[in-house]
Amino acid sequence: MSRFFISTAPVDPAILRDELHLEEAGGFCAFEGWVRNRNDGRDVDGLDYESYAPLATAEGERILTEAMAHFDISNTIAVHRVGSLKIGDIAVWIGVSAPHRDAAFRACRYIIDEIKLRVPVWKRERYREGDTTWIACHQETSGS
Amino acid sequence: MPTIHLEYFAILRDQTGRAAESRHTSAPTLAALYDELGEHYRFTLPRNRVRVAVDAAFASWDHTPADGETIVFIPPVSGG
Repeated sequence: MSRFFISTAPVDPAILRDELHLEEAGGFCAFEGWVRNRNDGRDVDGLDYESYAPLATAEGERILTEAMAHFDISNTIAVHRVGSLKIGDIAVWIGVSAPHRDAAFRACRYIIDEIKLRVPVWKRERYREGDTTWIACHQETSGS
Repeated sequence: MPTIHLEYFAILRDQTGRAAESRHTSAPTLAALYDELGEHYRFTLPRNRVRVAVDAAFASWDHTPADGETIVFIPPVSGG
């Protein structure tokens, strides 16, 4: 069963959460990455995301399989957006349900950290001044 | 001489000015291929900041490009 998706359409958290709402699960933890209006001291107008979809999907799936193996969790789903996003849009959504909260929190953190390091997705910032730049997010000292 | 298919993303797509191309190559390794293309297109990313994939799986820079393969150079990722 696929758990990781690259999506050109907006993320609907309610639908994704329902997939994780299992009887064995005592809780649910989600991380949403949002497009923010400033980065590195510059006013950001929006972000363009692109991916090498066949490899992004395979690598994302591998990360979620690792999380299922390493943490005592019930299920997990992750979605990464591609396309042109505006301020406030959800760029990435990760949900984890588990019998107990500790595993849910830790798995959620593991998944977002690994996605940012390993999944071939790239973001280009569009600035209010009109220029753009490709970002290598995992090399920044601070991230969202 | 093998014919390979290349796809370009992010900064490499900007620098090549194209999303994909097919090329004949005699490069003995993917590392040599990247260096060859880098010289042609004036890539600014050094090879040690790039990964490479063959047919949608991460590959070694030592791999010899073979006829019909799809090769993608992966610039530093920035998802999330």
